[in-house]
Amino acid sequence: MDSSSPSRSRSIAPVVAMAAAVALTLAGCSSSSGGKKSEESADGASAGKASTPQMTVALVTHQSPGDTFWDIVRKGAEAAAAKDNVKLIYSADPNAGNQANLIQNAIDQKVDGIAVTLAKPDALKDVIAKAKSSKIPVVGLNSGVSEWKNLGLMEFFGQDETVAGEALGNRLNTEGAKKAVCVIQEQGNIGLTQRCDGVKKTFKGTTEVLNVNGTDMPSVKSTITAKLSQDKAIDYVVTLGAPFALTSVQSVADAGSKAKIATFDLNKDLTGAISKGTIQFAVDQQPYLQGYLAIDSLWLYKNNGNYMGGGEQPVLTGPAFVDKSNVEAVAAYAAKGTR
Amino acid sequence: MSGTQHAEPAVGTPPASGPQQADGRTARRPLALRLLARPEVGVFLGAVAVYVFFLITAPPVREGSAMANVLYQSSTIGIMALPVALLMIGGEFDLSSGVAVITSALTASMLSYQLTMNVWVGVVVALMVSLGIGFLNGWMVVKTGLPSFLITLGTFLILQGVNLAVTKLVTTNVATDDISDMDGFGQARKVFASSFHIGDVQVKITIVYWLVFAALATWVLLRTRYGNWVFAVGGNKESARAVGVPVTFTKISLFMLVGFGAWFVGMHQLFTFNTVQSGEGVGQELIYISAAVIGGCLLTGGAGSAIGPVFGAFMFGMVQQGIVYAGWNPDWFKAFLGVMLLGAVLINLWVSRTATRR
Repeated sequence: MDSSSPSRSRSIAPVVAMAAAVALTLAGCSSSSGGKKSEESADGASAGKASTPQMTVALVTHQSPGDTFWDIVRKGAEAAAAKDNVKLIYSADPNAGNQANLIQNAIDQKVDGIAVTLAKPDALKDVIAKAKSSKIPVVGLNSGVSEWKNLGLMEFFGQDETVAGEALGNRLNTEGAKKAVCVIQEQGNIGLTQRCDGVKKTFKGTTEVLNVNGTDMPSVKSTITAKLSQDKAIDYVVTLGAPFALTSVQSVADAGSKAKIATFDLNKDLTGAISKGTIQFAVDQQPYLQGYLAIDSLWLYKNNGNYMGGGEQPVLTGPAFVDKSNVEAVAAYAAKGTR
Repeated sequence: MSGTQHAEPAVGTPPASGPQQADGRTARRPLALRLLARPEVGVFLGAVAVYVFFLITAPPVREGSAMANVLYQSSTIGIMALPVALLMIGGEFDLSSGVAVITSALTASMLSYQLTMNVWVGVVVALMVSLGIGFLNGWMVVKTGLPSFLITLGTFLILQGVNLAVTKLVTTNVATDDISDMDGFGQARKVFASSFHIGDVQVKITIVYWLVFAALATWVLLRTRYGNWVFAVGGNKESARAVGVPVTFTKISLFMLVGFGAWFVGMHQLFTFNTVQSGEGVGQELIYISAAVIGGCLLTGGAGSAIGPVFGAFMFGMVQQGIVYAGWNPDWFKAFLGVMLLGAVLINLWVSRTATRR
């Protein structure tokens, strides 16, 4: 321990020196374009605040860390919570067993409502039954469109992945595509598989599935490049997440292919690519809406006894197509990270 | 298969007879055998085998552009596999190297964006941060004497959490903002992520860096005093210290070298894709370590080369892309990768055993 302090100050010294140097050269090195300065400061959606007594709601998802999609869901939930005077407890774990523990945690905290995603419904069955017996209302969102009723959830907000895939397949037909490759970035994820299955179902041409390693972008890029040069007949690349669509733009160029690109899900860089025409269209399941409605519905239930979808039908948030014709309307919201 | 044909005549050659071999035994053995005993030769033959296999089964691989793509994929693994291999020769390894790449890219991107500065400022600060992480890893390993597995498992988790939390805190999103319209981006892209043409084949610059770094690392390992230190501290730390090798300096500098590699690959990713998602990089550390191990670096340290991991990384790139070029069912992708790599390691082992048997 004695030897630690001098060594540590040695290690910090260059960092401090660097910080000082950066501060000194800040003016000289500033960028004249882009950057934070050019970003418009825009506020999120806001609709005042309800005067109802504060309630506590837990949102428990199967998000894996650092994924842009889930960030948008969470922002929607936060917006609804702020408006409804709800204290929001957000937690997530991609492992179904851990997700069940997080739901148990919410039950132990005696929250007034729970919103969950049902990526692996079987693992959550017991804990959801426990929430019901504790008289805590539970709603579902995002995944589990075919299971939420069996598990006894009150309402569901999301997109039917197969339906979304089918919609994209139909769109490919009208675009006159002949052969599509459906790029799965996370092998074994049921929602992603359903999307590609949906495409396969309605698309009149051939659909091939390509698995890539989603945590390593350079490898995603070269794998799609490889597929496009292996099969020159591919005229449409379908990706299942916005960052992968943007990467496949480079793959198409590298492979010297003429393939066009369509994708599921949006982010702000993607809206730019759609307006530039490098990406044709995106199927948006409106994750913000999923988060927002899940929280808002629990507030409505507590304060007015309402059921969205009558408690019988899921409330679909997608598929909504974003293409060159309507991208401008969406772009401003995507820039804020809410579409 | 072609690899074993090379090996057979060499094995068939009778070794020079006994009495003359009394002293300088290894020096008198036939050249081919001595060559085969080197760790990188086995992996070289394995790489040739994999290459020939895909040359036969996947017709597109025969084209130059496909080879450029395979080499690009290999280079993004290989540039990191090099310092990871040197570190392993030095007797340690680093589980944080995969997420450290993303840490570096996130630092450069967010710093220049948030302060609206020339991106080179971000690039330089990211280098400092990456070297700092390497220093901390090395310093903790040396000072505590704990296994580097534990220390770097800790930093792996810390970096993973920091990547996500800080990005979210700073950008309010989990990905960084697009910096492609900022000053210095064009230059930086030229340095880290450009490409050039050989004939009509587009070649990525990372391939050149990869081979240059490999040559440099080979020279350092075989021709400099520092290279001797690396082998010495990996072989036996205490006896190395006894003969005057600066063990602390060598180990910390090796960790910092991994930091440098993480910075370099991180910059390549940033200037290729303009933005970085904070959750990436997890799992890559095992690929770097695998490439180094396949390349003949022992997990226990003290042995290995810099050229071996080049072929190790090439095998990864070749198999990963070769499966796609062959148009096989992608569901089997990982399983096939595993089988091919195990096969390659076994060839490697067999060649070196045959070659060293007397």
